[in-house]
Amino acid sequence: MHWSNTLPSWVTQDSISGPPTNSSWFVGWRRPGWGVKTAVNLLAAIALSPPCFAQTPPPPAARFVIVLDAAHGGDDAGAHLDSGQFEKTVNLALSVRLRSLLAARGIQVITTREADTSVDIYQRAAIANHANAAVCLSLHASESGTGIHLFASSLQPAEPTRFMAWKTAQAAWITRSLGLAGAVNSALAHAGLSVTLGRIPLPGIESMTCPALAVEIAPQRDSDNKITAEPDTPDYQARVAASLAAAMLEWRSDPNRTEARQP
Amino acid sequence: MIPRYQKILLAVLLIASLGMGFKLWELRERAHKHLLAGESSAPTAAPVVAPAEQATLVAANDMDNSLVPQVHSLPLPADPGARARAVLGKLLDLYAAPDSTHPVPGGAASVAQVFLMPAPGTKSSGNSGDQLAVVNLTGAFAASHPSGLETESLTVLSICATLRANLPGVTEVRFLVDGQQRPSLAGHADLTRTYLTAEATPTEGNRQ
Repeated sequence: MHWSNTLPSWVTQDSISGPPTNSSWFVGWRRPGWGVKTAVNLLAAIALSPPCFAQTPPPPAARFVIVLDAAHGGDDAGAHLDSGQFEKTVNLALSVRLRSLLAARGIQVITTREADTSVDIYQRAAIANHANAAVCLSLHASESGTGIHLFASSLQPAEPTRFMAWKTAQAAWITRSLGLAGAVNSALAHAGLSVTLGRIPLPGIESMTCPALAVEIAPQRDSDNKITAEPDTPDYQARVAASLAAAMLEWRSDPNRTEARQP
Repeated sequence: MIPRYQKILLAVLLIASLGMGFKLWELRERAHKHLLAGESSAPTAAPVVAPAEQATLVAANDMDNSLVPQVHSLPLPADPGARARAVLGKLLDLYAAPDSTHPVPGGAASVAQVFLMPAPGTKSSGNSGDQLAVVNLTGAFAASHPSGLETESLTVLSICATLRANLPGVTEVRFLVDGQQRPSLAGHADLTRTYLTAEATPTEGNRQ
């Protein structure tokens, strides 16, 4: 089927030079004799006239969305901390605190849960992928070890392809995830927090198509290995959240880095 | 009127079936006595104590997220499966000790069995020698294991690295808990996947 570019003879060339002004527009339709023909003229004018935009609008600013994933929730309580709290509660508290800090800095944040609800690990990955996130942080807490544990996936780097396997999609992003780990490590170390880095299998995160890390808060200990702050201590959480927020701001300024840089 | 030869045949068959039934009953009784005698029999030979050998245990450290090889002397059986169980039992004994760098309760009894079999994908002839170790942990061990990304991962990786250090043919490891597949050890470490021992090599601590 072909559309003809030629106009019917009763469509005047004047009418396609551009839409009428407001005055003639509203006045004209009351004129006697302006029936179907006028309506067709107007429609043709709208359809065939050049775009009315004098200039193209500026491109929208690049989205920078951070997904905060408070691990566990609902029936899955996670670790039982020495303070009596469950890990799911501590993770959610840190997520809420960090979300507020990031939102105050103008960063769009999406959380995988806002309450004590069960969310499947693959559903969490789907949320991050659907949001086209720039970063995803999976938040955990533990009674073992000390300081902050940063984990990236142990997948080997791979070239991105049009269709990626669901369980290893993170492979195309692992280099940038390691760069993100460097940025977060620098920010945490700058705040005087003890950090350990590692690469382990991370189901869920390995299905994410964005730079992604698991952040595990362990107790803060002194040189005698004595606990000075539990993962749910408010001051400790505030320091960690502030450092993570600073790292996200730093990352936003240079999201393609692959190496650590001192803040 | 039944012919005489038929009466004789019937009598012979009846006698034969009774005889076979009696014999079957006797054999059954004899087998039952054998079974009971086997169960109650006391050991007639002292168990052979395996000679002590050097074994490398790759021990985890929670403080710096490291795996450090340690050499220990312990009796090691000749059978590879029993050998694997012995070294893992010693490793978990270290973790259960009061001054452990990776405290996990349970000890040697936490490893129920270790099965060794040709790794999937290798030729059936077994020329490559690659083996898959299936480590069956007890439910009590999993239930009492501390929960956390770091601590659970270190347990899994140290088991893989210890198997590789003492049985180089073991290239892959899978985990069961009470003979069943389980999603995670204590909520974090994935137990549904096959771990490659080559990826569990000891690393220096990366503490900042």
